[in-house]
Amino acid sequence: MAGDTILELKNVAAHYGRIQALKGISLSVREGEVVSIIGANGAGKSTTLMTICGIVRASEGAVHYAGQDITRVNADKLPRMGLCQVPEGRRIFPRLSVAENLDMGAFFRRRKRRIRADMEMVYEYFPRLRERRSQAGGTLSGGEQQMLAIGRALMSRPKVLLLDEPSLGLAPIIVKQIFDIVQTINQEQGVTILLVEQNANLALQASNRGYVLETGKVVMADDAASLLDNPDIRKAYLGE
Amino acid sequence: MDNAFTFFAQQMLNGLTLGGLYALIALGYTMVYGIIQLINFAHGEFFAAGGYMGVILLSYMAGAGYMDTHPWLCIGFSLVLSMLYCAMLAMAVEKVAYKPLRHSSRLSVLLSALGMSIFLQNALMLTQGVYDKAYPGGIFGAPFEIGGVIVNYMQLLILALTAGLLVALNFLVFKTRVGRAMRATAQDKVMSALVGINSNRVISLTFAIGAGLAAAAGIMVGFYYGSVRFEMGFVPGIKAFAAAVLGGIGNITGAMIGGFIIGMVEIMAAAYIPYGGEYKDVCAFIILIAVLYFRPTGIMGENVDDTRV
Amino acid sequence: MTHGFRKQLLYFMVALVWLFALLWPLLDINPDGTLGFWRSFAAWMPIAVAGSIVFVLYQIRQAGWLGAPARMLETGRQALGARLSLIPAWVWFVLIAAVFFAIPQFTDRRVHDILIQVLVYVCLGLGLNIVIGLCGLLDLGFIAFYGVGAYTYALLSLHYGISFWLALPVAAFLAMIAGCIIGYPTLRMRGDYLAIVTLGFGEIVRIILNNWMSLTNGPNGVMAKPLTVPLPMFEGGFRIEEVALRSLGDLYYVAFFLAIITIIAVNRLNFSRIGRAWEAIREDETAAELMGVNTFAFKLMAYAMGAVFGGLAGAFFAARMGFVAPESFTFLESALVLSIVVLGGMGSIPGIILGAFAIIALPEVFREFQMYRMLAFGGAMTFMMLVRPAGLIPAKRMGKRGEEEE
Repeated sequence: MAGDTILELKNVAAHYGRIQALKGISLSVREGEVVSIIGANGAGKSTTLMTICGIVRASEGAVHYAGQDITRVNADKLPRMGLCQVPEGRRIFPRLSVAENLDMGAFFRRRKRRIRADMEMVYEYFPRLRERRSQAGGTLSGGEQQMLAIGRALMSRPKVLLLDEPSLGLAPIIVKQIFDIVQTINQEQGVTILLVEQNANLALQASNRGYVLETGKVVMADDAASLLDNPDIRKAYLGE
Repeated sequence: MDNAFTFFAQQMLNGLTLGGLYALIALGYTMVYGIIQLINFAHGEFFAAGGYMGVILLSYMAGAGYMDTHPWLCIGFSLVLSMLYCAMLAMAVEKVAYKPLRHSSRLSVLLSALGMSIFLQNALMLTQGVYDKAYPGGIFGAPFEIGGVIVNYMQLLILALTAGLLVALNFLVFKTRVGRAMRATAQDKVMSALVGINSNRVISLTFAIGAGLAAAAGIMVGFYYGSVRFEMGFVPGIKAFAAAVLGGIGNITGAMIGGFIIGMVEIMAAAYIPYGGEYKDVCAFIILIAVLYFRPTGIMGENVDDTRV
Repeated sequence: MTHGFRKQLLYFMVALVWLFALLWPLLDINPDGTLGFWRSFAAWMPIAVAGSIVFVLYQIRQAGWLGAPARMLETGRQALGARLSLIPAWVWFVLIAAVFFAIPQFTDRRVHDILIQVLVYVCLGLGLNIVIGLCGLLDLGFIAFYGVGAYTYALLSLHYGISFWLALPVAAFLAMIAGCIIGYPTLRMRGDYLAIVTLGFGEIVRIILNNWMSLTNGPNGVMAKPLTVPLPMFEGGFRIEEVALRSLGDLYYVAFFLAIITIIAVNRLNFSRIGRAWEAIREDETAAELMGVNTFAFKLMAYAMGAVFGGLAGAFFAARMGFVAPESFTFLESALVLSIVVLGGMGSIPGIILGAFAIIALPEVFREFQMYRMLAFGGAMTFMMLVRPAGLIPAKRMGKRGEEEE
């Protein structure tokens, strides 16, 4: 199922002020894959995604996407190139309605009819959002907000979707639903997914491959299945 | 008709006119605050610059004789041109004094704004002089009377123009794509970038719109009071900011309501309270303090988190 | 990094040019129909020159040409610093105090006048520093307390003939009361709301001074008695007599005395338990409250203490001028004091002293450009924020706040 490499990080470093958050990350994602990045708090997982998107500027190294160097491309140019992120904490626009939030996902698109159709598609995936479409985003529950955040990202018709901690603070049953939908999106729409998770077990089960991050470095990279079997990983991240 | 009622109605009309002007200025404050959490002290100066640009243009046109042949065209032309000019000025000020400080502490930006305000005010003073500049008069004809209430054509124009601008702004912010981008940027700049909004452009636009509205208010004040003055931006500026806070800073509808309340209170205080004329400026602030004391988010303000207040 | 910086600088320069192009109609199109270029050019030039110098210096540093001399300077500075640090701090203090003490002996009236102004603003700046630098409350109406102090002395001396030294504590006390009255309703608000409300209160005080004809004589102002000091007299038997200080050189010593008192008091406050509580509030009000700091009481205290020094400075101002009027207490004065605090370095006492010199004394030196003073002041304020937002001498104990990090 995996095609050509679509997203590649070459030795990327990033700083917050003087603190170095990433110390040379290299990873690659092939078209159609689900790849997860696991690691403890503060390992640099979210920073990796923010650096890919250009919110945090890479101080060294390069980010390549679909054959282009996007290291210095401004964040707001990326969605129309098909690279889209669901950030940590969902970042719903709290005072926009659910429908407006979804519309924001398609902000750079001009074709109204296709946007309508995509919105219908999102409502198919997440029927709850249809019920709440005129409610303000900030009034939704955590699970609904996560659905809305994913739905909003889908509205941009992404080729690659970066998902940051979709399970954060959600009840296990909701987490299961969300992961099911993530896999459906990958299979039905052919969206490549790069997933960041603390819940390593869940993430690896849903992925083809995985990277393990520790204090800003990749310490291990392997097939998801092998990582799940690896005794070190089991001990450090799977709570055994 | 009853005398007291006529007097009241007259004050109502005056209060509405003044309130409309405050509302126009307050919008610029509230929009800028909503989007980058900055009290834009220089905003009052855009208002003054608009008034001066108007008098400059109108004097030229009067000198060339167009004012006698096509007065309305001249007024419209100078209004549009001043609004455009102030919009561009505001964008330049934003780029020079605020944008490089986007990641600095809020106090730095605030002081930068204060510096720009002093700079622009003195730029006006240096060239336009310390004395009042008179607007061309006699364009609008004599005031007329409805049931004892004296109505000035200028007041009608102000009310109509204010209403028009407010409706247009509401449409822009709540119904268009650009407006959605503005609201989204105000709520979460990182996420807006992630959905493809260029926040710098949106911020520039916000400054431009706010300053344009202030410039319109500046010209109307010039016509209404007959003259402009280099320091005219300061007091209406802080009152308009008070109006914006009163309505719930960041909230566009709130700023409009706050502007009308402040204008109304000021006129009513001057009319009905002994010594109210001298202390009308105090009234505006006392209301502001009282409202903030009992309802710190303002009339229309949402319960925003600490970081925003 | 450099690439990004250069791009930003380029944008900034383009924006600057654009701004000045836009300022041109405001500056040089006259309503009588004449056009000019000179005025906008005059406003333009200093900034353009300063900008190019900074740019060239930056380029030179980037190119590393400054490396050798800079290193030599640095080693020299370190060696000197090591020597100097052996001398105890009080020696420095005495030395500096002695220099200041001696200044009036060999300078003229004009210098005295400027120095007195500077010292008054040092008091004001340090007072405001308590509120804004230590406690983190943005106060845009600080000049109101200055006004209260000034009017207190002027009215007391005019109506009751009370001498300056007796009126001084009264002025400080009344300013403190004013601080509490203003503080009580406003301190529950945070941040920008507080700023606008204090601005409003400052204006209210000014408007009241302007309109309460029976008390303050409105815009015409009030005459104040000159400052007197009790001196022992030996002619015809020993007695103590009030002698009016008329020369600016003598007044300078009074101002100097007040400034020293203020510096010592603020320094003591800074390193006291109260000072720590203030800093805790500044860094994180909620956390301070959770640690058992009565934030409201401490904030009110900061306000009151700041007001006290404002009141002292005000009383002196009234005595020195011999006349007070509401026009001395406008928002612009508040802005001036605020900019002293911020340019000098919030929370830093030497910084504020330097800031007062920079803001009050420098413009006096360039008297010939009187017209352009405020214009330059506004421009410089923005410029300082762009290049050195932490102030000339940043406070050592000031922690960097999360929001300030890049």
